[in-house]
Amino acid sequence: MTTTHPTAAHQPAAPGARPRRSTAQTRRVVGWSVANVVVVAYALFPVWWIAALSFKDPSTLTDGDFIPSKWTTQNYRGIFQTSEFTRALINSIGIALIATVIAVILGTMAAYAVARLRFPGKRLLIGMSLLIAMFPPISLVSPLFNIERLLGIFDTWPGLIIPYMTFSLPLAIYTLSAFFREIPWDLEKAAKVDGATPAQAFRLVIAPLAAPGVFTTAILVFIFCWNDFLFAISLTSTTRARTVPAAIAFFTGSSQFQQPTGSIAAAAVVITVPIIVFVLLFQRHIVAGLTSGAVKG
Amino acid sequence: MTGPDRAAPDPATPKGPNALSVGARQERNLGFMLCAPAVIVMAAVTAYPIGYAVYLSLQRYDLRFPQLAHWVGLSNYGAVLTSPFWWDALWVTVVITVVSVAIELVLGMLLALVMHRALFGRGVVRTAILIPYGIVTVVAAFSWQYAWTPGTGYLAALLPAGSAPLTDHWQAIGLIILAEVWKTTPFMALLLLAGLALVPEETVRAAMVDGATAWQRLVLVILPLMKPAILVALLFRTLDAFRIFDNIYVLTSGSNNTASVSILGYDNLFTALNLGIGSAISVLIFVCVALIAFVFIKLFGTAAPGSEMERR
Amino acid sequence: MAEIVLEGITKRYPDGAVAVRDVNLAIADGEFVILVGPSGCGKSTTLNMIAGLEDITEGTLRIGDQVVNDKPPKERDIAMVFQSYALYPHMTVRANMGFALRLAKVDKATSDAKVEEAARILDLTEHLDRKPANLSGGQRQRVAMGRAIVRNPKAFLMDEPLSNLDAKLRVQMRTQISRLQRRLGTTTVYVTHDQVEAMTLGDKVVVMRSGVVQQVGTPQHLYDSPRNLFVAGFIGSPGMNFLNATLEENALRTSVGDLPLDDRTRQLLTRADAPRELIVGIRPEDFEEASLMGGRHGGHTFTVTVDVLESVGSDVYLHFTEEGPARTSELEELAVDSGLADTGVQEHQLVARLSAATRAAEGEQLELWMNTSRLHVFDPATGANLVHPEPTV
Repeated sequence: MTTTHPTAAHQPAAPGARPRRSTAQTRRVVGWSVANVVVVAYALFPVWWIAALSFKDPSTLTDGDFIPSKWTTQNYRGIFQTSEFTRALINSIGIALIATVIAVILGTMAAYAVARLRFPGKRLLIGMSLLIAMFPPISLVSPLFNIERLLGIFDTWPGLIIPYMTFSLPLAIYTLSAFFREIPWDLEKAAKVDGATPAQAFRLVIAPLAAPGVFTTAILVFIFCWNDFLFAISLTSTTRARTVPAAIAFFTGSSQFQQPTGSIAAAAVVITVPIIVFVLLFQRHIVAGLTSGAVKG
Repeated sequence: MTGPDRAAPDPATPKGPNALSVGARQERNLGFMLCAPAVIVMAAVTAYPIGYAVYLSLQRYDLRFPQLAHWVGLSNYGAVLTSPFWWDALWVTVVITVVSVAIELVLGMLLALVMHRALFGRGVVRTAILIPYGIVTVVAAFSWQYAWTPGTGYLAALLPAGSAPLTDHWQAIGLIILAEVWKTTPFMALLLLAGLALVPEETVRAAMVDGATAWQRLVLVILPLMKPAILVALLFRTLDAFRIFDNIYVLTSGSNNTASVSILGYDNLFTALNLGIGSAISVLIFVCVALIAFVFIKLFGTAAPGSEMERR
Repeated sequence: MAEIVLEGITKRYPDGAVAVRDVNLAIADGEFVILVGPSGCGKSTTLNMIAGLEDITEGTLRIGDQVVNDKPPKERDIAMVFQSYALYPHMTVRANMGFALRLAKVDKATSDAKVEEAARILDLTEHLDRKPANLSGGQRQRVAMGRAIVRNPKAFLMDEPLSNLDAKLRVQMRTQISRLQRRLGTTTVYVTHDQVEAMTLGDKVVVMRSGVVQQVGTPQHLYDSPRNLFVAGFIGSPGMNFLNATLEENALRTSVGDLPLDDRTRQLLTRADAPRELIVGIRPEDFEEASLMGGRHGGHTFTVTVDVLESVGSDVYLHFTEEGPARTSELEELAVDSGLADTGVQEHQLVARLSAATRAAEGEQLELWMNTSRLHVFDPATGANLVHPEPTV
């Protein structure tokens, strides 16, 4: 399940030494350039559009221009002045982080067992996590809504952390067990023969080698939690635990007569930035993690 | 993490050939211990509530009058299944699912081929493509909404004056599909790319030597070898598309008959505050998803995801 | 350092499959013992049971004077070299070699000294601070060896430690392992599927097949007096030639003519109550081109058509075709192991090793001489070697 880097092996050798490229080669280069540009444009178009919107002055907000004619940071200053947004941002970060940490810890334990140990009921566990991965969240919203109200955790952080970590557990178990399987068996045997207890073998040999996998899984789980909308609007009712995606949907604008477009756009950009940073920094890890569980390696 | 159980083996246990040895028992116990927390969490947060949802769906339960809740048997299901709203929503959901997954498959395959074969710029393409995957759905949905809203939108300005695509049934569904496709094609493409990477380069070259054209190589060699990856990608995406919620909520809120089953369930729960009907819809959606999954797993046979996890 | 004793060791999996059946073996202190056999013969399972990496279903395993059946590996004080080397990729060479000492809480100075010493012996000193990923195959192999020797354990267990090296390096490392073992005098159990390695390395070779020990002995003994068809065919390269034979009054009738029987052989066959249909085995070096034999007498001379000649410089291998014996299960397994089963060749190829002076040419007839005093005669039903009986080990 290594990162899929299609090797350069199958490409014809680059004709670096030759002074002139043949027309066929030129055509290929142009063709691929066009393809690449199309893909990048496809991916970035809506992102650019909402970013442009967020920098528009209220007077030009409705001009429909693709590039703002008057740049302003007013929308950003606006949202950071209201507790409605800052509170939601804190909620989003806190809830996603805590859910990620718990899901990754529980997922690591289960994934290690799935990948390495022989015990009855393993099939059941795999089936169960597969089932949950396919579960429609809306089916859980109504019972959870009622249960959480009875337990008094409705509209609290735990009220969102619990469903988030549950729904990201299958993802975590899948990704991590693929990583664990990558670690050669012989290393554990060697550690045992070298005199390590199972705990030492895990701590000194397995854990350091699994770290990249754990990290990748954490990113994927975080993106999952960060992204959720349905639970966020269903299981919260105030700003106490409402995350940014839900808060945006309830934005009303700073005055009654103003459309919240600018604020929404600015808030949208703020919560998109961490994702873009992740993607830029850890592109390879994310691709590896996303495809690990799905394809036989 | 606790260490393995170091308790001395029970001396009374006969150590016949079929009795588990100390090592195997330790391994089993460790396995149970490591899995227990995840299993407990998953069971408590999904299995129990789904049971509770079934229970709720058999009650008349209006949140405004919780004390009037009482057992009504299957009548909520009767109400849902005879309601045109349910069938309309199911139809809309099926249309969105089928059309968007079909488009994604073709587009995703193209993207995967670009990423696999491009002479240069693979890293850039792969990074760019991850942005739609990573971006918060609601954010993307707002971007599309503003783009198509007359008076604000860049794209709306390209349309004939007076048209408001998000207020027309079919146009709105088209835009919902567009938003869905944009957001999830990268995921499809990455799964397909991983499948593509598993096709041995030498097999493709052999086909080339045998005189297959690029198209024949794709259709006769590459795609058949990618079948498991394609099926996995289709399964994941079909189930995911079937539960579509965020995009519709932001783009149309389900107006003009564009509600999916998830939107319908949400509205019944939180707008109509009817827990009984809402739960019945929830259960029906769960049944639909289970049916889809069942059909796919039947198609997969041994290629089902998870079967490979059994390998040790 | 210690002796290792296996008494009635059996490995049975939960599904009932038996990987190792009733192995009895005494490995003396300081002895170098090779477990050899085709893949799936149970040799690695046996090694893993000695290491404590697999449970023993039945039987007793002693290392030194302790029964260690239920002891985890760490309490057995053994070191192991893996086929994949199993170096810890996140640790330097130094940390890899010192890992066991670190776990045993040996103080830093002692541990460092031991690692330095081992590195010096294995010529790894300049690589001590590198990670395994930056080493060549041979260097990684030496680190794996080094990890074993720094501990000064009771025994070395080696699981095909050379099979990931290329042919040339393998020969060099073979000599080095042999020298190292002699120098340290540590009891060593070495698993391989390569009979050449088995012959060249060990004091004692244990041939296994389908979980059962076939024969135990010095390499020369196994070569000269194989107990059965399987050992005869497995040991030696190229392998022993087999022919169908019918027992006549004073000879063995085969497709290459009647092979005369000497008195000893005849007596042994009579005593063993040999059946009429037999399998005759003869090693490639027991042939020679008849015209090069000068005045020597005895043996049997016959004419063959040369299929293929392979010259290795010092010798020439001559391949010729004869009607072969019916495939017994042992011959079948040997064919699979040698890869012969996969070649699709149906005829029975025989190989003769001739002196380089031969004038044989492909496609032509040649008169061959066979040293009939070196014949092996097997019972097709049991596979037992009727002319080299030996008491059960």
